Amino acid sequence: MGFMHKDILGLQFLTKEEIELLLNTAENLKEINSRDIKKVPTLRGKTIVNLFYEASTRTRTSFEIAAKRLSADTVNISASTSAVQKGETLLDTARNVEAMKPDIIVIRHGISGAPEYLAKRGSYSVINAGDGAHEHPSQGLLDMLTMREKLGSLEGRKVAIVGDITHSRVARSNIYGLTKMGAHIHLAGPPTMMPMGIERLGNVTVCGTIREAVDGADVIMMLRIQQERQGKTLMPSIREYSRYFGLNRDIVKLAKPDVMVMHPGPMNRGVEICSDVADGPNSYILQQVENGVAVRMSMLYHVSGGDLATE
Amino acid sequence: MKTDTTIILDGVGVKRALTRIAHEILERNKGVNELVLVGIRTGGVHLAEELATRLNEIEGEKVPVGSVDITMYRDDIKGHTAHLPVGKTEIPFSVEGKKVILVDDVLFTGRTIRAAMDALMDHGRPDSIQLAVLIDRGHRELPIRADFVGRNVPTSLKEKILVHFDKENHPVEVVLKKS
Repeated sequence: MGFMHKDILGLQFLTKEEIELLLNTAENLKEINSRDIKKVPTLRGKTIVNLFYEASTRTRTSFEIAAKRLSADTVNISASTSAVQKGETLLDTARNVEAMKPDIIVIRHGISGAPEYLAKRGSYSVINAGDGAHEHPSQGLLDMLTMREKLGSLEGRKVAIVGDITHSRVARSNIYGLTKMGAHIHLAGPPTMMPMGIERLGNVTVCGTIREAVDGADVIMMLRIQQERQGKTLMPSIREYSRYFGLNRDIVKLAKPDVMVMHPGPMNRGVEICSDVADGPNSYILQQVENGVAVRMSMLYHVSGGDLATE
Repeated sequence: MKTDTTIILDGVGVKRALTRIAHEILERNKGVNELVLVGIRTGGVHLAEELATRLNEIEGEKVPVGSVDITMYRDDIKGHTAHLPVGKTEIPFSVEGKKVILVDDVLFTGRTIRAAMDALMDHGRPDSIQLAVLIDRGHRELPIRADFVGRNVPTSLKEKILVHFDKENHPVEVVLKKS
């Protein structure tokens, strides 16, 4: 049974088998990125629109490279330089873009649920590149691929995620995905940034301190402290955050000796993660980025073959 | 629904055919110089390994073996059918200037071979590409022909040819299924 969704809106909507299919395909597509001619003709003639309402270098570039390696045509629309500045609504933007017959729209938006809103109103496929604090499925998938490459099976693994969980779509996608794969997630962060009831999303334990979360962990995932979101209200200072929840070599020692240190990027060096850890032998941060292109190629490939069934 | 199954080639027959193909490859190419084998996933890969073993036995030299997955090069990727899972392409050597022997189990419409050649060309510019297949069942839809054939088996479109492999990926028999 293949991938039969029109859209990829979040890992909460995928089964374990579908996630494994996306990961297996990504693993086998990686080889293309090492060739001299980094292209296969699979999505030749397809048009993929990157509709980014929020700033992004990493994700957007990654999706664009992925689309181009599959021979698709790509168009980038970033809100700051488009008609959105003139007050155009999301639906109008989408309808106007739809009139030009795109096959896939990859959307990043500040409001949770925006991708689903679009997906229900158009025949194009929608891939969620991050919506509000809801989900960031491509990040979750590339994180799991990176873990799987090193650890083999994710069953029973302990994954620590540390940072501003309340505002983190990366944390949520990882919680959904890792739970389906049988891993256990331990969260740590300031109480002001830890949402009530987060345990209900999956196989989650909320820990009081970073040391507790990281103890015996197979993976430590650090989240960026998002200065543009918290403003001045959720923590007294960056320095205090770093003191209590930053990752340094001593804390890494509490985990398994070959623990994987990961970060979705971009990093605030010296705030949530020390440079010697970020650049050290336990760091898989660059592998994450490499896997990002392969994972996005896999998502574009499978979503362009899915049935036009409504969810 | 009753299916009639006949054995086209049994274990011994397959072995003999592969041995003959190995000799033919050596004869036509005057040895193994610059020769590489690339098997088409999945059936062709195991057969490529078998041929490499035989070439090594006869000439005393190892011929490099790679595998190519053609899923991303198919010409029948439609909009509304679920896409097939993609296998691994592993060509751990340069094909530049080499004589590539593409290996597949059954040659039918020729579209798989067309896709395999496109995939191969994306890895470099071979000196030449030759095709070795265990079975040629006819019904070509493209101008493609094999250089080395185990057996020609005329078939009707309603029939199927299957090559069976054992747990160690050795070919054990070729059957024709009517349905």
